[in-house]
Amino acid sequence: MADPRITLAGVEFAGPAFTASGCAAAGRELSAFFDLTEIGGVVTKSIMLRARSGRPTPRMVETPSGMLNSIGLQGPGIEKFLADDLPWLAQRNVAAVVSIAGETVEEYAQLARILRSEPAVRAIEVNISCPNVESRGQVFACDVMSASSVIHQVRRNTNSSVPIFAKLSPDVTSIAEIALACRNAGADGLSVINTTLGMAIDTDTLRPVLGGVTGGLSGPAIRPMAVRCVWQVHQVLPDVPILGMGGIATGADALQFIAAGASAVSVGTMTFHDPAAPLRVQRELLDLLDAYGFATVADAVGIAHRGGVS
Amino acid sequence: MTTQADAEVLSVRRDGAYYHLSFAAPGIADGYRPGHFVAIAVDEAHILRRAFSIRSASTKAGGALQIIVYPKGPGTRWLVARRPGDVINVIAPLGRPFRLPTEPVPCVLVGGGYGVAPLFELATQLRARGCTVEIVVGAGDAERLYGVVEARRVSDAVHVTTDDGSAGERGRATDPLRRILAAGGHAAVYACGPMPMLQAVSQVSAEHGAVAQCAVEESMACGVGVCMTCVLPVVGDDGVTRMVRSCTDGPVFFGDRVRWAEVGTVPPDTLGAPEPRDG
Repeated sequence: MADPRITLAGVEFAGPAFTASGCAAAGRELSAFFDLTEIGGVVTKSIMLRARSGRPTPRMVETPSGMLNSIGLQGPGIEKFLADDLPWLAQRNVAAVVSIAGETVEEYAQLARILRSEPAVRAIEVNISCPNVESRGQVFACDVMSASSVIHQVRRNTNSSVPIFAKLSPDVTSIAEIALACRNAGADGLSVINTTLGMAIDTDTLRPVLGGVTGGLSGPAIRPMAVRCVWQVHQVLPDVPILGMGGIATGADALQFIAAGASAVSVGTMTFHDPAAPLRVQRELLDLLDAYGFATVADAVGIAHRGGVS
Repeated sequence: MTTQADAEVLSVRRDGAYYHLSFAAPGIADGYRPGHFVAIAVDEAHILRRAFSIRSASTKAGGALQIIVYPKGPGTRWLVARRPGDVINVIAPLGRPFRLPTEPVPCVLVGGGYGVAPLFELATQLRARGCTVEIVVGAGDAERLYGVVEARRVSDAVHVTTDDGSAGERGRATDPLRRILAAGGHAAVYACGPMPMLQAVSQVSAEHGAVAQCAVEESMACGVGVCMTCVLPVVGDDGVTRMVRSCTDGPVFFGDRVRWAEVGTVPPDTLGAPEPRDG
């Protein structure tokens, strides 16, 4: 059996599959369906400084092999998260990867400073790419300068033992360029990819379906785009760990991401279809790695760039 | 306890505009209370689960659940095309069920369309506690009316309304409700159906000093509390409005707590609502 353990930027995790931010709340609800300590960890829904109501409904529309969402970062705020959610994960020895989101560079810095005194935080995912914000100008991941400023501030305000992952948007001309900028600004790893911006019109009313008008497209529909992004980022940063995600439904899907250059994967939208999907995907992935004769996950990372297996 | 399971379809039976679907649910049926719902995975092309309120639980096949399906979209059409022996993936029981009164009080149950589904078992359990039960069954027209015969079997009186008068009394389900409550003595109102009906039921109940428990129909992606799509504005015990999940905080809410007129919006005084912007 391939060894399930992986190391991301110096931190060891129990397995190569994680939940994806925004698809697992803060983990508690999924614990009814599988043992959260068996997977790599829980990537929490993005936490902001203050409580946030999110956008009006309808917030979701099903699309071919996917869905659009416009939740708008609904959440309790960092204080309540630290009082209720993080201790719940810590008490159960669930690896917590805390996703943070802000409206300004300073808000990200403040969030990082607050998390500094929390030993339960195993890694931080910096969500600079949520498409559901009031102004698209706030999508930091669409601009080299903005992305660099956020990552630089989070890195300098975070304990050096805690890696930070920049979550990238596919809605850019060159994802490799943004990835390089984030790396140069101090990112230890990259989460690839967030949802891509989409929209649906109700053909009865001829109005946008979503309350937020536009939304993030996710699910198997975006998987090829995500694999391509992982490939391109790994090409320019072969030594930087990538957490790959985008429509992963099976172990074979996950293997595509690993072969393209991801060191681990997040299972997101498919958790809505099957709440036990993160663990199922991990088991299927490990079985496949085993069948190919890989002793560790790391042995298969980026193998598609090296001619694959014959 | 909530369980995810592959369940064998036992029967799919057409019932007017609706379908009655029964599936084996060993270990799940025992935990069922009226108001609970089930989330069912459909075909591969549609990744989101479909949520249905549970109509009844039986001891058949070591435990079985029944739901009512209105085939209005591709997922529900796929579901009603299943045949006995087919396997569907289900998660149940989900949500917070109806609260039952501790005293044997007179109760009114209001169902709109196939929203009547969870009310039969509720009526049965209420009567077992000594409550008298009247049921109002309403729908747009006779074709979409569901469960009148079953309602008569499990209650003390049934009132039927249709918007167009094609069956029963012409009008809204709240018309008989208003008369029943005006006669006095009814403490508990239960309702399940479309949002406008639940809003009207809550309002009529409040006018007569009663609190309605309403099972809402909000569209959901996951049904288990992780996707945050099925939210609506609800006033908490502390008087603060929050966008709460109808899957885990509901689907049953006290009617006087839901800000019905503002469902589909984020009221400005909601916790964490966006700051008003200048210009």
